[in-house]
Amino acid sequence: MPGKVKEIERKPLSLAEKTFLPQIVSGLKVTCANMLRKKVTREYPDVLPPIPPGYRGMPTLVKDPDGREKCVSCQLCEFVCPPKAIRITPGAIPEGSPDAHVEKAPQEFEIDMLRCIYCGMCQEVCPEEAIFLQNKFTLNGLSRQELVFNKERLYEAGGTLQDQHFKWKKKKESEEHGNAQH
Amino acid sequence: MDWIQLAIEAGFGLAFIIVVMSMAGLTVVAERKFCGFIQGRLGPNRTTIPILGSIPFFGRLITRMGLFQLVADGSKFLFKEEIVPGHVNKFYYNLAPIVALIPPLVPLVVLPFGQMTLADGTIRQLIIANVDIGMLVILAFSSLGVYGTVLAGWAANSKYPFMGGIRASAQMISYELTMGLSILPVFLWANVPGSTEGLSIANIVVFQQTHWFVYLQPLTALLFLVALFAETNRAPFDMAESETDLVGGFHTEYGAFKFGIFFVSEYAHVIVGSGLFVLLFLGGSNFLPMLPNPWPVGIPGAILSTLWFIAKTSALVFFFIWIRWTLPRFRYDQVMNLGWKMLLPVAIANLVFVMVLLATITPVAAQ
Repeated sequence: MPGKVKEIERKPLSLAEKTFLPQIVSGLKVTCANMLRKKVTREYPDVLPPIPPGYRGMPTLVKDPDGREKCVSCQLCEFVCPPKAIRITPGAIPEGSPDAHVEKAPQEFEIDMLRCIYCGMCQEVCPEEAIFLQNKFTLNGLSRQELVFNKERLYEAGGTLQDQHFKWKKKKESEEHGNAQH
Repeated sequence: MDWIQLAIEAGFGLAFIIVVMSMAGLTVVAERKFCGFIQGRLGPNRTTIPILGSIPFFGRLITRMGLFQLVADGSKFLFKEEIVPGHVNKFYYNLAPIVALIPPLVPLVVLPFGQMTLADGTIRQLIIANVDIGMLVILAFSSLGVYGTVLAGWAANSKYPFMGGIRASAQMISYELTMGLSILPVFLWANVPGSTEGLSIANIVVFQQTHWFVYLQPLTALLFLVALFAETNRAPFDMAESETDLVGGFHTEYGAFKFGIFFVSEYAHVIVGSGLFVLLFLGGSNFLPMLPNPWPVGIPGAILSTLWFIAKTSALVFFFIWIRWTLPRFRYDQVMNLGWKMLLPVAIANLVFVMVLLATITPVAAQ
């Protein structure tokens, strides 16, 4: 870049600078200030880091506030899962159950946490808002098998989340009022 | 000399070694701790011993101070497998750690660590061997310290330790000169004409009861301090083990307890060097400049003055640590330039200046 180069004259070191001493003293001041400063260490297992909203931790299955398992085993998450970590065995909800109108629920739902890449696609694709990547970020086990989470453990990890829609409940209610939706 | 006297002095020597070795261990912890502080971390604070660590207040305090880390580090060295690489010269390989550890411990006999005021008012310096060649003993043995490094470098039969050993010896030769030349003005000043004290360090401490050499001769003190950093192979002069370019320097091929000995000897060097600086320039076991010593008569005074000396030494050890985590390591040619082209001429000029000064002006000692 001709014309844009700015030449800076390199000044010879002064006598004080040649002895290094002023620089050493200023360096010592910096480290001394650092020594007295508040420490940045977080003592991890005792003090956990703050988890930002939207964090993608371990995928879990959730229930709605009525205690109904929300997954209807549509298997969209199984199909979208890039590393194929999810395996669903669909099952039917037996007649006579209070949730019989939902018709389907997973008979078994397995997520292999060693394959999971925490991309969150399953959460994005789920039409029932049944699978969420929650805050848990430490997983460990003594064998590979131990880290394949089954339905029971996934629900245990997921717990109950607030539901915005109560889709199936409303549908059943409107049906009962003679206002079937299909 | 009867055998009781001998036994007492042997006991003192042993106690001295125990104190210095435990201080070396504590310095390792202090180094890690202050390194952490300077870098915004907490340093070792989790290691604990099951029963001791659960004592209500002190267990937690000691754990947080990282003092159990000392036990953990030390026992780790003991329990590791002692590997002797196949390509080394076994005899010298095993000899080197011993040669490295002895030199920092021998000068202890000529360091006056305290003073005792006797009932009749005379003050006795506490020293194991008050010889009139005290300083010469220290210089001789601290120069021997480099043999451990060089021997380790040669015996390892591998290029990086070899480079480390060569650097250590070159550096030792360069800075030994400055060190010797920066000690002379102190002794010139303290020994009035006709004095028979020679190079006795106790005499220097007696002289510094009113005035300390650190402000009588600040340039000498600075030169000595820089040379001391170089002699102890501490940063910014740790050429011998500069781990960025020489892997681990002279102790690359060492592991387990042999490495531990090198490690301890480095810290023993630092402590003895700090003690020496305190004795020569910071008044040894004297209280403060221009103040009379408040030490009571007898044993309590002896203990207090000794503790005061240890406190001063610890402060200087802290300074060593502080410098290490502040300054980057010099490049090798910079070390040589600094030694030969700056420190040596300045040291000679300083010596001549002090000589002329003493010859023309009445020194403080003769007032």
